[in-house]
Amino acid sequence: MPETLVALYVFVLSCFIGYMVIWGVTPSLHTPLLALTNAISGIVIVGALLVTGSESAGTASEWMGFVAVLLASINVFGGFLVTQRMLAMFKKKKR
Amino acid sequence: MAISPTTQALAYLLSAVLFILALKGLTHPASARRGNLLGMLGMVIALGATLMGREVTHYGLIVSGIAAGAVIGAVVAARIQMTALPQLVAALHSFVGMAAVLVGIGTFLNHRAAGGLNGVLMGEIAAGVIIGAITFSGSVVAFAKLQGLVSGRPVRFKGQHVLNALIALTAVALGVHFGLTGSLVSLALMTALAFVLGFTLIIPIGGADMPVIISMLNSYSGWAAAATGFTLGNDLLIIVGALVGFSGAILSYIMCVAMNRSIFNVVFGGFGDSGGASAMSQAMAKGVKSAAVEDAVYWMEDANRVIIVPGYGMAVAQAQHAVKELMELLEARGVEVRFAIHPVAGRMPGHMNVLLAEADIPYDHVFEMDEINPEFPSTDVALVVGANDVTNPAAKEDPGSPIYGMPILEVGKARQVFVVKRSMRPGYSGVENLLYYQDNCSLVFGDAKEVIEGMVNALKAGH
Repeated sequence: MPETLVALYVFVLSCFIGYMVIWGVTPSLHTPLLALTNAISGIVIVGALLVTGSESAGTASEWMGFVAVLLASINVFGGFLVTQRMLAMFKKKKR
Repeated sequence: MAISPTTQALAYLLSAVLFILALKGLTHPASARRGNLLGMLGMVIALGATLMGREVTHYGLIVSGIAAGAVIGAVVAARIQMTALPQLVAALHSFVGMAAVLVGIGTFLNHRAAGGLNGVLMGEIAAGVIIGAITFSGSVVAFAKLQGLVSGRPVRFKGQHVLNALIALTAVALGVHFGLTGSLVSLALMTALAFVLGFTLIIPIGGADMPVIISMLNSYSGWAAAATGFTLGNDLLIIVGALVGFSGAILSYIMCVAMNRSIFNVVFGGFGDSGGASAMSQAMAKGVKSAAVEDAVYWMEDANRVIIVPGYGMAVAQAQHAVKELMELLEARGVEVRFAIHPVAGRMPGHMNVLLAEADIPYDHVFEMDEINPEFPSTDVALVVGANDVTNPAAKEDPGSPIYGMPILEVGKARQVFVVKRSMRPGYSGVENLLYYQDNCSLVFGDAKEVIEGMVNALKAGH
């Protein structure tokens, strides 16, 4: 099977997982869900690392990669930390 | 210390599983924090596996990029006001979009230098760059609207849809040309047009439709990551992109259902002209009653059950802490206080829940629309704080109304309703609220925070 086709398999099956997992999220946590997906979509940082660190990277793509690493890194750290801050506020009644 | 591609692939698999578990954790507030920690772990593993792989050969720029991003991200996350979260989310979406654009173009340049270009790869690059660019500029517009840098009102002009379609078609044509020839000029022009398209797609949407837009851009940022995954042949990016893409899509769907509108209606058109003039003029002939803060306090003190309905007005006035104090004072008098939240209250999904949580209001006091609607008839006082359209009985009773069919919080069924409101201006839909003309409804005019603080002081003075 060609590589692109395998990728398509992975993609379609992941869509189903996403569909089933996300419907389970409680509506009161929809904002943390947005922030958490912000954080994990920072996974494009992997792509940015591959571009920046590639052996064949010229000056142009190195610097483009650097900006991408920076932006994605803000996403990762900002996203996870703000999610943590929000979730820490959700408390049950103190008795 | 390079790890083999097999080890790397297994690490990515583990990381993907951790991300899925992270999202699964959000099923309940009690498991959510552990979920977030699992997500962090997944990210650490993904980063480690990538950095130790054979493809990354030099680290200088990478380390400084990650470090700078970490500092900026951590500072912003620690300092951001909870009322400014919608802007932050929009900004973070734009970063994913821009990163996807840069990674796409960078991959092209790297492969061109190494001589490994082919049509499929360039098609994937074009797709990733287009989606990323639309996500970027669309999110920048959303950010500017939420931050108040530009007017939040929808900007519409004649021929808007035709213009958007033309831009989209031209961008796709340039993408195809790029895929066939590898022309850098086509790639650059395509990217520029995609940036313009993101701008023109989002500029006509605003106000109370913001929750849909935020969710939609969330979805785009996921698809952008997935497309990048196809470009790089990286399954982890594809999996995560699909998860995020679907997350945003489902949120958009939930928001649309809560407004009884289709996604096309939100994206391509606003509310229609107001109908139902007859029912409205009959109601309006009766006029509204206004009440003093003391009247509302008098009712609530004596009540057994009170339901508070927060809306965007509470967020704007930063009244959540005053609301919490009101809750405590009423509870001290033996009054049962609960909160009712409409899915589209505020400027993003779940906005009100976070604000109430910030004010330390326990989440077991907070209820979704379907849970709480049956409770209104047995409630003594419903206190509406800065919510409007989501309480309008016209949505149920007046088939001529533009918002007819939208699910609402049935506050009008409570014995007595008090609405805290700045003025008689209609809500975002432009539709008059029939609730205000009901016999059991009184309006308390004023800024939400000042009014609620007034109630708190009156309660304190009472004893």
